[in-house]
Amino acid sequence: MPALPLDEAGKYVAGAYLVFLTLILVYVAIMGAKISRIEREVTELLELEEEGGRSPTAQDGLEARPSPRDAGLQAPRT
Amino acid sequence: MYSKGFKPLAVATVLSILAAFALVFFYAPNDADQGFIQKIFYVHVPMAIVALFGFVAGGIMAIKHLRTGDRSWDMRSYVAIHLSIILGTAVLVTGAIWAKASWGHWWVWDEPVLVSFLIVFLLYCVYYPLRFSIEDPERQARYSSVFAIAAGAFVPINFTAVRLAESVTHPRVLSQTGGSLPGDMRLTFLVSLLAMTLLFVTLWKLELTSKHASAQLKRLRGRLELRAEEQGAATPARSPV
Repeated sequence: MPALPLDEAGKYVAGAYLVFLTLILVYVAIMGAKISRIEREVTELLELEEEGGRSPTAQDGLEARPSPRDAGLQAPRT
Repeated sequence: MYSKGFKPLAVATVLSILAAFALVFFYAPNDADQGFIQKIFYVHVPMAIVALFGFVAGGIMAIKHLRTGDRSWDMRSYVAIHLSIILGTAVLVTGAIWAKASWGHWWVWDEPVLVSFLIVFLLYCVYYPLRFSIEDPERQARYSSVFAIAAGAFVPINFTAVRLAESVTHPRVLSQTGGSLPGDMRLTFLVSLLAMTLLFVTLWKLELTSKHASAQLKRLRGRLELRAEEQGAATPARSPV
């Protein structure tokens, strides 16, 4: 078969490279969604852990010691 | 654990992909026979080679799993096969596009290279239902490893058989005489192959890191829930007066 002219061959070449790029982009997007779900779960677990750590001290009437995370979350200095 | 050295690897991957694209479109000459359509070669063939090596690597990692009993090798094997199937899908689609432009048909059934790749691809498609139909994690990992080893051994056998078969239309790229690519085309091809290999390793590490983090989170959640239950049991409930 003779070589296709550039305008016609260009469509096929662009199509092939687009398939490759689309697959990679879709894959990276799925991985991004998974990583943001993991981040959300970490935040959730951290909150759960803080709640679990606070409840016994509150019952005993003791002052809860701030965790390093709480200490870092103080009101911003103006 | 798996994220060590990820950042330089990702940077190297992006740079090599950009270099490969630049070489493909601004350096490598048009093929004398096929013209501009031959540019598909630089994405189609490296993907096929990396996908086939990924399948074999999955089998080797599965051997490591069965020898050591370490489930992390099963996970490595699973991710390698998973990525190879994604690349395999792209190989079939880009190959069909090239075939349509070059031969006038999307698919040629009497061509050994095409059909053998499709057989390997379909064989590995069976891996998912096999793996996820087993609930017990230990059995799942063991059976999946056995499959990965058997299928991984099939890939080089299949490749050799295809090399021995007479080609009808599909060209032979990696010949024993060193190939018939001119120097500038060969350089472009090698850079594309390197870029594809780096992309595979980067995505493999990315998915493994994500899976590892997910598994650790699950363990942590389990421990916290257990601790919350223990605290709940230890605190005496006050009866209403």
